[in-house]
Amino acid sequence: MTAVVDRPLERTSTESVPLADERAFRAVVRGCAIVTLLLMGLIALFLLLRSWPALHRAGFSFLTEKRWLPDVNHFGVAALLSGTVVIGCIALLVAVPLALGASLFINEYAPRRLRRLLVSMIDLMAAVPSIVYGLWGFFFLQPRMIGLSRWLSAHLGGVLPFLHVHDADTPSSFTSSAFIAGTVVGIVVVPTVTSVMREVFSQAPVAEREAALALGSTKWGMIRTVVIPFGRGGIIGGSMLGLGRALGETIAVYLIISPILDYTTHPLQSGSNTIAAFIASRSTESSSIGLAGLLGAGLVLFLLTLLVNSIAAVIVARSRSGAVTE
Amino acid sequence: MSVQSAVAETDLVEAPASGASSLRAQGISAWFGAHQVLDQVTLDITAGEVTALIGPSGCGKSTFLRILNRMHELVPGASLAGRVLLDDVDIYQPASRPTDSRRRIGMVFQRPNPFPAMSVYDNVVSGLKLTGRNTRHSRGRADDLVEETLRRAGLWAEVAKRLHVPGGALSGGQQQRLCIARALAVRPTVLLMDEPCSALDPTSTRRIEETIAEIAPDVTIVIVTHNMQQAQRVSQQCAFFLAAEDEPGRIVEHGPTSQLFDAPTDPRTSDYVHGRFG
Amino acid sequence: MTNVPSARVRTSSVTPELVSSLVAAALGALALVWLLYERILPTSGMLGFWLCWYTAFLALYAVVVGLTQDRLAVSDRIAAVVFSTAGLVLFSVLLLVVGFVVDKGWDAVHHWNFFSETTALIGPDAPLDRGGIYAAAVGTLEQVALSTLISVPLGIATALYLNEVRGHLAGVVRTIVEAMTAIPSILAGLFVFAAVVLTLGFNRSGLAASLALAVEMLPIVARTSELVLRLVPNGLREASAALGASQWETVRRVVLPTARPSLVTAVLLGVARVVGETSPILLTAGFTNELNYDPLHGPQVSLPLFAFTEVRFPVDNAITRAFGAAAALLLLVLLLFTSARVIAGRPLGHVRRRERRRLARAFATATDPTRQVPTA
Repeated sequence: MTAVVDRPLERTSTESVPLADERAFRAVVRGCAIVTLLLMGLIALFLLLRSWPALHRAGFSFLTEKRWLPDVNHFGVAALLSGTVVIGCIALLVAVPLALGASLFINEYAPRRLRRLLVSMIDLMAAVPSIVYGLWGFFFLQPRMIGLSRWLSAHLGGVLPFLHVHDADTPSSFTSSAFIAGTVVGIVVVPTVTSVMREVFSQAPVAEREAALALGSTKWGMIRTVVIPFGRGGIIGGSMLGLGRALGETIAVYLIISPILDYTTHPLQSGSNTIAAFIASRSTESSSIGLAGLLGAGLVLFLLTLLVNSIAAVIVARSRSGAVTE
Repeated sequence: MSVQSAVAETDLVEAPASGASSLRAQGISAWFGAHQVLDQVTLDITAGEVTALIGPSGCGKSTFLRILNRMHELVPGASLAGRVLLDDVDIYQPASRPTDSRRRIGMVFQRPNPFPAMSVYDNVVSGLKLTGRNTRHSRGRADDLVEETLRRAGLWAEVAKRLHVPGGALSGGQQQRLCIARALAVRPTVLLMDEPCSALDPTSTRRIEETIAEIAPDVTIVIVTHNMQQAQRVSQQCAFFLAAEDEPGRIVEHGPTSQLFDAPTDPRTSDYVHGRFG
Repeated sequence: MTNVPSARVRTSSVTPELVSSLVAAALGALALVWLLYERILPTSGMLGFWLCWYTAFLALYAVVVGLTQDRLAVSDRIAAVVFSTAGLVLFSVLLLVVGFVVDKGWDAVHHWNFFSETTALIGPDAPLDRGGIYAAAVGTLEQVALSTLISVPLGIATALYLNEVRGHLAGVVRTIVEAMTAIPSILAGLFVFAAVVLTLGFNRSGLAASLALAVEMLPIVARTSELVLRLVPNGLREASAALGASQWETVRRVVLPTARPSLVTAVLLGVARVVGETSPILLTAGFTNELNYDPLHGPQVSLPLFAFTEVRFPVDNAITRAFGAAAALLLLVLLLFTSARVIAGRPLGHVRRRERRRLARAFATATDPTRQVPTA
């Protein structure tokens, strides 16, 4: 009889040697993922590298200089940044209330049978190219908004000085303004924001809704107490997502504004500019330092939108609604 | 219409409990789409007593309960027929508003559903805010109300020092008692309870049964339960629901609890209460 | 007890009372505002009129409801009206945009030459029965096809990596893909311009434009494909593994076929998104009026670029052509969208009839001991 040998149990390895085609599959797929990964890095890298000559020459004044005269080394994105931010904020002011109202309308007030159709219409709106919105904005909306701009500057221009407009008697002082461009951009981003909000609101827990209604609450009371607090993360996240898109919107802005290279201090006044529209307008630029400057402007836009979207992602992830939506 | 709303307005925070109401369901039939789930259910629920609705799952007890406080119609495609008389006034007449009926006929659900982001205090007064009673001017009275309802729900001792803890942070049994307190805060005259203890441990169950016994004379209680021992413990009246295969639910028998359990007239009732089918 | 009506109780919240108070408030506000606006106050303009009317309507409605109901009901009703207005405004905008573009472009579109000719031989003020979007349409189709060819395999492979292989880099890749979906499209164009045109020295061409579009399409396709793959039930993968299949075989024979309709939808939606993008191609495609079938050499026009340049001429006919091109774009997007919806409507794992017959034959062969097993 053999003695029982006191040895620790060796675990059998279950790692199998992958077959050749298995390895190939994994390698190919991993390679593609790495390419995707690199692409993003490449974008940032290229923008940085190719804009370096200009950035190096301008230094910090790239962010503070408003003129664009690359050949004499006076160039910067200050004016462009101000326009980008102003138009982005106006777009938000237009899009967020509309999106909030529309998303609650679709979820809570619209007849149930219509809901799928309405959601499809929102998705369709999101798919409409921005050049279409730009054309519509210029030819349809702008003539009809001049009256509103004029009224705003006449009646509120005293109280809020930034609404004041020079030469308020000539209609063309009100066209091609940041206000009108911002409104059109707002319409471009409103379907995106609506989708996010709607998706989030639809996940508000039924148990809490019933609790509110069983206490004798009206529908609006229930929405106010349960749905909106639940969806807070989605509201903010969706808005910031919309802001990110609005900051980068090119064509709609380009078709409307009359470009200037100065700070956008009076949104109702004609004349504004954004980084994206400026880059589009200089697409035939040929001087190398000018191109480098354009790329630098692109880099600034890139970092700005990256920042806004990261904040949006963090806020959504931390909220109750974000936790529910995977 | 305006008289009703005027009555609701004068129902002040510090008024004493307005006394239990009687509830009479007459000829209640219910459908989800084309599928009928209840057929001509008639039941008189005595004021100030506890009535238990018993019967196997799926025979329409919960649907019937939800018809009593106009929650059934919130389900898309749901419809009903019949009358529900709260103190001899039909709550389904066109002039009645559902929100009024729901305030006067409260409900506690199977799974506790406090508002998780609100504090315990805010949960209890949430019903007041939602029904338009302003608690801003009467802060002291609101504090008294919170203490009173939490005491009646048997939760005061445990949360007196933790009123600002979020409602979602309490244990299951505590949450359910919080829901009871929240429901009581709007001074309902009837309280509907849909299997309130089925998701809870035995200790919490016992506490809630004590609560039921304590509040019963002031609030008419209708409780759906699967637990026959519980029905015997807490209720004075009982109704046995049954739905045959592919048939809508009906009341087979109803009457005093002791009679239903000790000397039922229908053999199906006898089979059920003796556990021969569940 | 038995003569209780068995007629269904009406529990709808839309009562005659509600409708009549809405109509009364609307008409009353109209009368009031018309009186004030036109006759008394020095205000003018359509937009202003309707804004004033809306405010008056809300105020009047609140008063009417408040006559018979308490404050809570008033705020509930007003909230319902406000939210319904928001919804109505949004959908009206969509209809307005589509309607306006089609209307303005109609004069150009209803000529057959609009689709068969180019603008190479005509000037901007040429009459509408000459010239058209043929070159632009060719350009759009070629560029979009190329960009799809580049981004779809890459995107789906990335999605496979993220969901099936789940390697160490998965977390990083996912974050990067998410970040990439938010890049402004002009930067995609700028990047390709800087990398391909400037650094590598290629000229502006249809290919460069396709690359820019691919950069924009790739993260969208990758992310939606990943979501689609996630929806494939794990049980299928386990069953396949239990039968002895390798991961590649599982993916090839089980996961991808099951997910195929949804993947097609994801791709179609990505294409719809990218087909109308103007800014990426502004910097990369160059511009020409000439018909250019070769995306690899020379500038190539496409529909958005066509619309963009035509609209800048201060000439009515050119503007009409621009709208015509925009209408063509809208049609394209709509087509892609509806195909995506139709395909998505099929349930996961839907098997076409032909496939079913083939599978049935294979099954019969496999289970019949007398039949010869066909090779492969």
